[in-house]
Amino acid sequence: MIEVRDIYKTYGDIEAVRGVDFTVHAGEIFGFLGPNGAGKTTTINILCTLIKPTSGSASLAGYNVVDDAEKVRSSIGIVFQDPSLDERLTAHENLEFHGMIYGVPKVDRRGRISNVLKMVELWDRRDDIVKTFSGGMKRRLEIARGLMHNPRVLFLDEPTLGLDPQTRNRIWEYIRDLRQRENITIFLTTHYMDEAENCDRIAIIDNGKIISLDTPAKLKSMVGGDVITLSTSDNKVAIEEIKKSHSIEALEQDSKIVLEVPDGEGFLAKLVHSISVSIDSISLRRPTLDDVFLKLTGRTMREETMGPLDSFKAQVRMRR
Amino acid sequence: MHNLRAVYSIWLRDLIRYRRDKYRLISSLAQPALFLFVFGNGLARGLAIDVQRTGGGQESYVSFIFPGIIGMTLLFTSVFTAVSIVWDREFGFLKEVMVAPISRWSIAVGKALGGSTVALIQGVIVLLLAPFLGLKLSFLTLIALIPLMYLISISLTSMGIVIAVKMETMEGFQMVLNFLVMPLFVLSGAMFPLSSLPPWLSVLTRVNPLSYGVDALRGLMLGPSLAEFPLGFDVMLLSIFAVIMMFFAVFLFNRT
Repeated sequence: MIEVRDIYKTYGDIEAVRGVDFTVHAGEIFGFLGPNGAGKTTTINILCTLIKPTSGSASLAGYNVVDDAEKVRSSIGIVFQDPSLDERLTAHENLEFHGMIYGVPKVDRRGRISNVLKMVELWDRRDDIVKTFSGGMKRRLEIARGLMHNPRVLFLDEPTLGLDPQTRNRIWEYIRDLRQRENITIFLTTHYMDEAENCDRIAIIDNGKIISLDTPAKLKSMVGGDVITLSTSDNKVAIEEIKKSHSIEALEQDSKIVLEVPDGEGFLAKLVHSISVSIDSISLRRPTLDDVFLKLTGRTMREETMGPLDSFKAQVRMRR
Repeated sequence: MHNLRAVYSIWLRDLIRYRRDKYRLISSLAQPALFLFVFGNGLARGLAIDVQRTGGGQESYVSFIFPGIIGMTLLFTSVFTAVSIVWDREFGFLKEVMVAPISRWSIAVGKALGGSTVALIQGVIVLLLAPFLGLKLSFLTLIALIPLMYLISISLTSMGIVIAVKMETMEGFQMVLNFLVMPLFVLSGAMFPLSSLPPWLSVLTRVNPLSYGVDALRGLMLGPSLAEFPLGFDVMLLSIFAVIMMFFAVFLFNRT
């Protein structure tokens, strides 16, 4: 459904995307995971024909994103990272406008609008001005709008950024439901790890390059077993001791020690005995995509995901 | 066909937004009323100004500036509606339009038609004040005024779009107001006759498209003896300006 071949995008000296290459199959939920500034939005904008790649080629539903831009545009629905509704219009008017500029015939428009509004549970608010909507409602309305014209691919750029966990879960219910009911391909970007686990396949992107692409399960199996997190009175000493007695490379992250072992439960007792400094807390869990990212890049994503600007943006979004 | 529907949708959106904005309607009436009553009555009486007709006879100052005030209304509304593109960009709505499967020209044209229609409505509302100023307009004059007001509006809206496409932030808006809209208004002959100005000022009024708009409005409403140029000449210059601005607006939209 989407074919991307060796795409580069440079702005002056800055290389936003440096040779991205992937294929998305029809009916798939495909996720782009990576920290801010990794090149996620740039790639989406290229696929949505908003910007042209510096080099490389991409096609969507068989149409080239540069040469057949208009055909690509009518095959896709987009929910942008930043809100893009007309807040002075009602929910219904926003959808009506969308239907008109996407060429949805008048006879179908009414039915489509009521379908998508009912799906995102905004039917009762259809004649309210969008300005009065909460952040989550606006997001849902944008998803509804993206589906108005029966797109073959739905792009969701950080669909749940700045939303509370409850709303995030709801939006994910819609997305999964959607894929089941209509044979639609979904391409989304996120920097929430738990969210990425909902995808069929994930591309982990960092510094403009895809560093890994696979199913969430396979990606997690890269971590190799279980993850143990512990904090001690002296982490440096503890890391040394773990290395000496078990020859395992432990990393310090957010003043906690993180290590991976094949069999976590059996290993816990051995671990506790091998550390001489006092242990304040210890936990064992299955690996998450956070651990995958840490393993691949040596950094955690969380450190850089929510900078002051992002939380400000998220707040603005909630208020608007 | 599809692009024409896009033009229509963008036009319709501006009209819906206008209808919903009560403050705009009120303030659009308040400003012309203020100008008419303060300048037209206060200033004119205090300084005993009347305007000489070229063929002899006099016209009261308040009726002299009335066409100018209509020109002002058209100017302000046209430019402000066009500059709302910058708001759309700031609020993200422009993206929604830009990724739609429509040609870019239809966005520019829809916006130009929308802004000029809103300006025309505002102009007609101000025109309704005419009887209160003792101005009698024949039915035929009223009919002729509509297309003229629309022509002025569409040329100014297109000019506003050209500016809006180039304008990055809302802060630039103050600049546009101070360095474009106000000079265009003041130098248009809306408030005083342009016939006896010093040459350097004359040059500025001659290159101002609104001068020809106000002149045409005045000629139609008060009679050709108060107009500087024949109506046909004014309309021709306005049309040329409108076409050039429209062309530029479409060109710039195509490039972004």
